[in-house]
Amino acid sequence: MDLVKFLQYIASGTAYTIAVTLVALPSGLLLGMLFSILNVYGGKVSQRLTSLYSTVMRGIPPIVLLFILYFIVSGSINLSPFWAGSISLGIVSSAYQMEIVRGAILSVSSGQMMAARAIGMSKNQAIQHIILPQTLRLAIPPWSNEAAIVVKDSSLVYALGVPEILRRAQLISASTQEPFLAYAIAALIYFLLVFITNRLLDVLDRRLRIPANP
Amino acid sequence: MTGWLELFQRYLPEFIKGAGVTLELTAVGLAIGFVLGLALAVAKVYAPRWLKALAIAYIELFRGTPLLVQLFIIYYGLPSLGITLTQTLSAFLALGLNSAAYQAEYLRGAILSIGASQMTAGRAIGLSRWKTIWYIILPQALRLVIPAWSNEPISLLKTTAVVFLIAVQDLMAKAKRAAADTYDPVGSYLAVAVVYLVMVFVLNWGLKYLEKKTRIPGFEMESKKV
Amino acid sequence: MGKPILTIKKLTKKYGDNVIFHDIDLVVNEGDTIVIIGPSGTGKSTLLRCINLLTCADEGQIWLDDLEITAKGCDEDRVRQHIGMVFQNFLLFNHLTALDNVMMGLTRVKHMKPDEAKQKALRELERVGLSDRADHYPGQLSGGQQQRVAIARALAMDPRIMLFDEPTSALDPELIGEVLEVMRKLALEGMTMLVVTHEMGFAREVADRIVFLEKGSVVEEGSPDDLFYHPKHERTREFLWKITELYGKKEKEY
Repeated sequence: MDLVKFLQYIASGTAYTIAVTLVALPSGLLLGMLFSILNVYGGKVSQRLTSLYSTVMRGIPPIVLLFILYFIVSGSINLSPFWAGSISLGIVSSAYQMEIVRGAILSVSSGQMMAARAIGMSKNQAIQHIILPQTLRLAIPPWSNEAAIVVKDSSLVYALGVPEILRRAQLISASTQEPFLAYAIAALIYFLLVFITNRLLDVLDRRLRIPANP
Repeated sequence: MTGWLELFQRYLPEFIKGAGVTLELTAVGLAIGFVLGLALAVAKVYAPRWLKALAIAYIELFRGTPLLVQLFIIYYGLPSLGITLTQTLSAFLALGLNSAAYQAEYLRGAILSIGASQMTAGRAIGLSRWKTIWYIILPQALRLVIPAWSNEPISLLKTTAVVFLIAVQDLMAKAKRAAADTYDPVGSYLAVAVVYLVMVFVLNWGLKYLEKKTRIPGFEMESKKV
Repeated sequence: MGKPILTIKKLTKKYGDNVIFHDIDLVVNEGDTIVIIGPSGTGKSTLLRCINLLTCADEGQIWLDDLEITAKGCDEDRVRQHIGMVFQNFLLFNHLTALDNVMMGLTRVKHMKPDEAKQKALRELERVGLSDRADHYPGQLSGGQQQRVAIARALAMDPRIMLFDEPTSALDPELIGEVLEVMRKLALEGMTMLVVTHEMGFAREVADRIVFLEKGSVVEEGSPDDLFYHPKHERTREFLWKITELYGKKEKEY
């Protein structure tokens, strides 16, 4: 058995894993940010609706949501398993990201909003130029945690047949009867991906840190 | 809508059976995770360097890889090394080993919060290092960790949902069965989503109650709940 | 003694059954420096926040020049461009340098061109003596420096009146002087100012009029000489005596 070919086969799933993550994370961020702003600064109705969204989406196992959304979506539009799976993961992640951003918004002191209004900024201007820049910096550590989770949860789309790492490991373990090796390699690749993600975000965190004298 | 309610009602007994298995998986995984996690946390804080490194490696490995992969390694991979486990046992093991890595971090945080001063106090009255850890530090740490730790049972409950992929007969497996019988996958999975929500809700309520009952005013940790 | 910049009539604010202040009447003329004194918790901060519309009063009216700013439909954001506010806790924008803090209002609210805004911002920082710290972040500045940047930020908007809410209360004693000095200069330059403070030395030296506010209403109002040497009310005398006892040493130094 050619070990190199073995490795290559599984590793080629990495492109799919990364692709799924690159669709799910940003879409989760956009939705999550939108909902968190609505939750903190919107009216009572917005606040109740977004809180409900968060509670429900975080109370259901990701794989259940994945299946529900996949079957709804494939029932109506002709979406590939890749897109159905990635978008579903994005929706799941958006609830957790909403909580992360919300926590960060709330920890930016209320004085910042007051100071912004005091020089004549509108609420929206204040949110855009004063609150959010500080929020996003504060959110990076917990967000890097969520990013790692999305990378790992991308393995769930194997159940939809997307040819990512786990799926490939499964296929090759069946044909070569080397399940332990196959899955161990898969684990290693995921580990590297998570490791790189965390390091990259660490660098980002340090880059964006606001200078202060201790 | 009425069609869905009908489906829900018809399969409810099966769903409840499945939910029972889910809860069992959660409980066993939590228990294994707690014992192992505690050992890892203590090792990470107090053990000699080589043991500390092992603990760190374990935690990094299990938190850095998907549970599904860990599950497959145990269920599909181990047999080729001579160890064959049933689906249920594999699930218990995978969930337990995985949860241990996360619980270790919560517990470690609590132990560090209790701090060196308690260790000093214990040694000062003649207790050995390990006795101080067991009689002085851990009892306080376990009390302190409850708010942060209560994230874990809920997280684990949701995590168990993937084990149906190795044919463990949990709630998700029942949903898959219902979907095949009724040709209504959306309805079936929606139904179990509701059951999961209820379980999470009840569990959450129970944990909040526990938190309230065990709270000591003034004795709280800066917990970072994500 | 110029025309009235700020006119307040019968201003009242309640919080449920609690009356924070009631029936406040006040006129601030152009170039005046009015200092409000009084025991803590009598709503002095709340009063200032009602003036720049950060909070709504329950009853009463406020005019800025000839515009009734408490009228329905008044554009609060526009009004706040003309009222400068300096907070007890400075409230600088943490993620921006001193220069960017001062420029923020100019570029985003007044829509000035970046170069113009930068020049003006540097001039205001110069005015408070901090042009050499323009690229420092709040975390790299002392409390006194942060407060001076906050003053520059408010001044950059060319306000009709400057409100100061206990500007030195959060400062270490040795940093208070530099801020009071900036405020004194401003007053001498003819800025219309309304200051809430415990700094009696400043009040005595710089104020045109002092207003003594207690339990939500104006007890007495007059020139520093009137209040300090010929107070009409016993409460005024008591309060000033207590407060100069407390701050006595510092006051004499100033």
